[in-house]
Amino acid sequence: MSVVTRLVALGGSWGGITAMQTILRDLDLPDDAALVAVLHRQPIRSALADVLVRGSAYPVEEAEDKAPLRPGTVYIAPPDYHLLVEPAWLSLSTEEPVKYSRPSIDVMLESAAEAFAHRLVAVIVTGASDDGTAGARAVHRRGGTVIVQDPKSAEQAVMPRSVVEAGVADRIAPLHELAATIGLAVRSRPGPGHE
Amino acid sequence: MSEPDLPDPATEPNASTDVESVELDVFLEAIQRVYGYDFRNYARASLRRRLWRRVHGEGRHSLTGLLEAVLHDPQAMERLRVDLSVTVTSMFRDPQFFRALRELVVPHLATYPFVRIWVAGCASGEEVYSLAILLREEGLADRVRIYATDVSEQVLEQAREGRMPLDKMKAYSSNYLEGGGREGLSRYYTVDGRWARMDPTLRDGVMFARHNLATDGTFNEFHLVLCRNVMIYFDRTLQHRVHELFDVSLVDLGILALGARESLVGSPLESHFDVIDAESRLYRKVAG
Repeated sequence: MSVVTRLVALGGSWGGITAMQTILRDLDLPDDAALVAVLHRQPIRSALADVLVRGSAYPVEEAEDKAPLRPGTVYIAPPDYHLLVEPAWLSLSTEEPVKYSRPSIDVMLESAAEAFAHRLVAVIVTGASDDGTAGARAVHRRGGTVIVQDPKSAEQAVMPRSVVEAGVADRIAPLHELAATIGLAVRSRPGPGHE
Repeated sequence: MSEPDLPDPATEPNASTDVESVELDVFLEAIQRVYGYDFRNYARASLRRRLWRRVHGEGRHSLTGLLEAVLHDPQAMERLRVDLSVTVTSMFRDPQFFRALRELVVPHLATYPFVRIWVAGCASGEEVYSLAILLREEGLADRVRIYATDVSEQVLEQAREGRMPLDKMKAYSSNYLEGGGREGLSRYYTVDGRWARMDPTLRDGVMFARHNLATDGTFNEFHLVLCRNVMIYFDRTLQHRVHELFDVSLVDLGILALGARESLVGSPLESHFDVIDAESRLYRKVAG
């Protein structure tokens, strides 16, 4: 299996690293799925991929421009670049920050919604801004599934609450149940060979 | 800056996407045939974002609506062209790259009696001035000529002016120091209202010229080519064309510098280059 037909796109900011670690520890993806993520952080060289890969069942890579999407791989946006999703690869951009953020969760989700439509599962976890809400709307419009961390269980509730209030959340789950919820949602999307 | 929602009345998830993708193909084909601007090999996702920004900017509702505007109004085409050609950068972006340039590349360049450098896709000049400062501090400025090119005449005009927003200079200063700067960045500019005016003598060895990486050929032989975060807006096909262009534009052992998350992996030209420093994305053209 070399083609990614179903995608998980995750966004978070404040507390997002811990949340994503928790998810990666328990996540079980089908063979044709990959995960892309934008976590806001200071634009410095960091070893975020090294931190996230601990306890993760999947390899974690900082995205390279035009990197082919490979199943069973987790890609995170590099600092100071927007991460855009194409049907078969990832693209980077240094365009202006959106809502003061680069990488921007909205930019990632809008491009992923375009590329994967109903084969996309978007996940919004803890965060202190409303970045991700416009992106979640785009995912919703394109027929993808939007999963939101229960604001009550989030370190910072602003980001998940904003998506819930926009009325585009398909599932709301506490942190410790997110991995299972994501796994089920991805499997409910049409896999390879299905239209 | 918040992006307006993309209107999408269709309820069938993929229907509108397919129509839009046809519209996009038609759009790119049409402006190529009418105006000669070829964006067909630009990376689609970011291209789409920029096009939709123009759709809203021109008060339209679809790519076809935008196409009508640009085909019948050259001014609208010009606004679109500017929007599509602008790349955003900063001074001493990725300080560790500039440190590597000082430590690994300057000693090599210093062995040549005269050095030609090409900054391809120089945008508003942030990298050109960063490089000029570095070369002056390393004692090379007198025997270096920098060719700074961009597809857009507007940004070249900005680059020639050498004017940076003052509120960005604090971040640029710390980049500069982190990148091995030997003085203080403030030594190289004067404050003019909300602007920092770069020392005009930094431009002494610099030639700004229009050049389109997508269509134009080589114009000299260079010892160093910098093209950082420019090709990220291109698809693989166009990237490979530009790799070839740089290959023929470099002297043997000439050095190619790419952006922090770009590489030659998977390029047909990969075997023509050795990796000097993987972290800072510095490559050396193999002799022969």
